[in-house]
Amino acid sequence: MFPRPIESTARTTQVAYKTLLPIALLMWLAPLLAVAVFSIKPDADFTTGNYWGVPSTFEGMTNYGKVFLESDMPRYLLNSVFITVPTVIGAVALSSMTGFALGIYKFRANLWIFFMFVAGNFVPFQILMVPVRDLTLDMGLYNTKTGLVLFHIAFQTGFCTLFMRNFIRALPFPLIEAARVEGVAEWRIFWFVVLPLMKPALAALSVLIFTFIWNDYFWAVVLTQGPESQPVTAGITSFNAQFRAAYHLMSAGSIVAALPPVLMFFLMQRHFIAGLTLGAVK
Amino acid sequence: MSESSLQDVRAVNGGGSWFHRNQIAITPWLFLAPGVLFFIFYVISPIFQSFNVSLYDWDGLGEAEYIGFQNYQDLYWEFVDRDAFFVSLKNNVIWLFLYLLAIPVGLMIALFLNQNVWGIRLYKSLFFFPFVISQVVVGLVFTWFYDPTFGLLNTIIGWVGLGPINVLGDERFVTYGIIAAGLWPQTAYCMILYLTGLNAVDPEQVEAGRLDGAKGWKMLWHVIIPQLKPATFIAFVVTIIGALRSFDLISIMTQGGPFGSSRVLAFYMFEVALSEYGFRMGYGAAIAVVLFLIMLCFIAYFLWSMWKEEKGAR
Repeated sequence: MFPRPIESTARTTQVAYKTLLPIALLMWLAPLLAVAVFSIKPDADFTTGNYWGVPSTFEGMTNYGKVFLESDMPRYLLNSVFITVPTVIGAVALSSMTGFALGIYKFRANLWIFFMFVAGNFVPFQILMVPVRDLTLDMGLYNTKTGLVLFHIAFQTGFCTLFMRNFIRALPFPLIEAARVEGVAEWRIFWFVVLPLMKPALAALSVLIFTFIWNDYFWAVVLTQGPESQPVTAGITSFNAQFRAAYHLMSAGSIVAALPPVLMFFLMQRHFIAGLTLGAVK
Repeated sequence: MSESSLQDVRAVNGGGSWFHRNQIAITPWLFLAPGVLFFIFYVISPIFQSFNVSLYDWDGLGEAEYIGFQNYQDLYWEFVDRDAFFVSLKNNVIWLFLYLLAIPVGLMIALFLNQNVWGIRLYKSLFFFPFVISQVVVGLVFTWFYDPTFGLLNTIIGWVGLGPINVLGDERFVTYGIIAAGLWPQTAYCMILYLTGLNAVDPEQVEAGRLDGAKGWKMLWHVIIPQLKPATFIAFVVTIIGALRSFDLISIMTQGGPFGSSRVLAFYMFEVALSEYGFRMGYGAAIAVVLFLIMLCFIAYFLWSMWKEEKGAR
């Protein structure tokens, strides 16, 4: 293990390490903690200049209540859910099929198609912006959740295919050969042999795509406008315009907007990290 | 799916049917079709369409007028806004280089946290935290962090008697301020990559190194870092992509200001095509093409590395 385990060092080093740890964490998360403190302060603290002192009263309930009851926030959150969940399902479904095809079969175009997905996944969004916006307008899907979902599914299929294909590559191939010898049809091999083995990959991808799509801002701004279809990342700007300079409410709103992926991360931590670090180890 | 299952029943019963004989050659294409067609429709063909649009003068609604390479000439001669293109390009370069700091800093934090003390798992998760939050929220958080009247940054430097700095309102600091905000989640990502990599470092090699008297920096450089190569490669890829995709933070924190000094190509393109200057789609597409060509150099390098690896694996 590197660096040398702290238990095998001098007692003073151990104590120093254990005190340094929380201090480092506090510094690392300081900007976020500040916002968390802001979000439970009363309005009066900001007018009297008590920015960094102890909150004069605890107003967490009032502030968060206002976010949910007196703004479009619940609407935006719901939109985010209706954009994110179908995208996750669509992208994972499509890519488990493409990943299967590219991971199991040997044919000449295999690597080229795989590289097409990988390269497409890396392009800057701006090169797609004008045509995709135009396409969405032409299909009558501008400013709809469907329009956003369709694009997200297509784009995320690139990353998901990369992920799935590499995962399937690592599965034991003799299993598939054995099934073939038994005369099992190829689509049955996919459904009954490979798919059950892909459960960890499906879980990892689902949490990752959920986070990516929930946090998307660019496409939300390009393809939607207004509370009827905008997700929370785009909605937060109009929320902030509504409560201009009301820092306690803006902070509470930001925390609400950031929360779902955070929950997802803490609940599915193992899968999330397994997904992000796929390929980081040989 | 129903079609293939029908054919499949035939294949199982009939034995020698055409589909059965060619099943292994046909199946991958059936599985690929929906994903590939969707991807070509929404991602691959728009790239070529953008190249095409960049040769037109078009407001997104009316007739498009073919003007050849006029848009690119305008970029060069700064037709719309003096300096805007070159300021964006310069900022993109600054972003690229400074963003790479996420890799060594991420490694340092990973080394710091790679211990087995009580509660370390929670520490690792909390250090990773910034990556999970949307860039929009990171942008807001840092806007308030930098605020000249009440921001935490100015409160802290006020304690040591330094005057308030308006980071986001000063042309000299603004880009660096935004990059620092971007480095926060990016460093967290690199850290988690390295933590996973460190987990897989071969303990025997470390022991052998220790017997040879290697420790500290020497050990890190000669024994550990070579073994972390796959993690470093991924960290490099995601950091480069992240740097060139920087849009959210700029849009939230400064809208490209003050006086356009924090623009990057990604943001400038959006501005030209969809806001302030009206809808100059052709001109915007030309900027996007330049950004794409920069990215293409990196994409080519990534694919080349992956291709070498694929060949080695067979």
